[in-house]
Amino acid sequence: MHKIESKNLDFFYGTQHALKNINLAIEENTVTALIGPSGCGKSTFLRLFNRMNDLIANTKLTGEILIDNKDIYAKGVNVDALRKQTGMVFQKPNPFPKSIFENVAYGLKVNGISDSKIIEERVETSIKQVALWDEVKDKLKKSAFELSGGQQQRLCIARALAIQPSIILMDEPTSALDPISTSKIEELIFELKSKYTIVIVTHNMQQAARVSDSTAFFYLGELVEYSATKELFTNPKVERTQNYITGRFG
Amino acid sequence: MIDEDKLMKSKKRNQAIAFGLFGFIGYSIVAILVTILAFIVVKGFSAISWNFISQMPEEGMTKGGIYPAIIGTLYLVLGSMLFAFPIGVLAAIYMNEYVKDGFVKKFIRLMTNNLSGIPSIVFGLFGMALFVNKLGFGDSILAGSLTLGLLALPVVIRNTEEALKAVDDTFRLASYGLGASKIQTIKNVVLPIAFPNIITGMILSIGRVSGETAPILFTVAAYFLPKLPTSIFDQAMALPYHLYVISTSGTNIEESRPIAYGTALVLIAIVLICNLLANALRKYFGNKVKMN
Repeated sequence: MHKIESKNLDFFYGTQHALKNINLAIEENTVTALIGPSGCGKSTFLRLFNRMNDLIANTKLTGEILIDNKDIYAKGVNVDALRKQTGMVFQKPNPFPKSIFENVAYGLKVNGISDSKIIEERVETSIKQVALWDEVKDKLKKSAFELSGGQQQRLCIARALAIQPSIILMDEPTSALDPISTSKIEELIFELKSKYTIVIVTHNMQQAARVSDSTAFFYLGELVEYSATKELFTNPKVERTQNYITGRFG
Repeated sequence: MIDEDKLMKSKKRNQAIAFGLFGFIGYSIVAILVTILAFIVVKGFSAISWNFISQMPEEGMTKGGIYPAIIGTLYLVLGSMLFAFPIGVLAAIYMNEYVKDGFVKKFIRLMTNNLSGIPSIVFGLFGMALFVNKLGFGDSILAGSLTLGLLALPVVIRNTEEALKAVDDTFRLASYGLGASKIQTIKNVVLPIAFPNIITGMILSIGRVSGETAPILFTVAAYFLPKLPTSIFDQAMALPYHLYVISTSGTNIEESRPIAYGTALVLIAIVLICNLLANALRKYFGNKVKMN
């Protein structure tokens, strides 16, 4: 079954046609990379999956986005519940100015979980999932800002995991990190794939090739090519894809 | 052929002139401030003593201290902040977090900006008409605080709005992304991050309010009171007004001159301490809530 599916999707910022007739289906428990030059619409597309673009005034969407076969833009959809189902990780590590523990517990608390036992358990599990537990277990009460950039980003992933989503959306999650932190995040993505459906926007072609199962190439709001990552990188069907992945433009 | 050497020299000369000019202007501003401060300190320092800040005025305000004026100013500052701070912060939250860009927002912003442009004497007159007479508070700390609060309101709104704007949107997105509602996001994420700047803004407006004379002129300030105010419906003395009184209409202006400078020094000290405190707080919290 498709986890996420976009059907005849068009999206506008005011009069700007940001996404043009996108049809794309994402399988459960896979990693899908969205690539393309800046302004091609890949981040916009990613943010449609948890309706983050709702927050921007004057936008318009036609077509459908289905998650688990349900149109998430249908009337009466509970947006908060939808967002709970999709964890999001951002470009820059953005932990809240709270303690390490509170950062991960935040999502649980705002969703009405108050049993401190459950919270403690979930916080520990989530931080262990991102392989950060040994590094932070003795300083959970310390500010999250005391962590390094890479640790902060893993904490942000733990924060997203704590609310037990089924989808994780990553918007260039390693663009602000050094190579070692980057490879740790990539390893993590690989491990998380067995439990979650991951969609990752990246500028880094090698990263897309390393971590993803499928890759979608966007250009000027259009989905140019979408296929298995191996296929797309070794044997692209469209010349523009070929030019982009070989670095001839973009 | 361009004479490279000559070009270089003229560039350097222009640079030196511009640099010197900017430097001169910059330092003259510092010089003006230092001159004023030095003047007040030199003239007023001899008046300053523990008795001066802890005693009532004596002998037609030519001797004794300014204790009631200090207390009065503190009450007025506290009262005006109790009024302006919550309303201003809530208004700013509404402006920055709820209203979408458009006519309403522009209109409110225009009005707040206009409010801050109104001469303070007009605030005083308005305060007298509304709080003193219409609402019947009389000349009182309540009426004075509300009037000063109105004056501080646009400053608080502006500062709070700037503080909220400075909160990176990804914090909001991260919070929404976890299923938090708007109010949860504002309460748990946005406000804590903006807090240092909001507090800084508040302290700066305290500095402003404590020095205002016109708004308290018709609403609270007393020429002389033999005792401290005991309720919010009492009149009070206040530093800026006291300074005005003993310099213009005291019983013996020449004799009370040192007290006038002493009062000015205390007033300036309060304002300076407020500004320094604001800076220190910003630094302190800034380190705790560092954005990276």
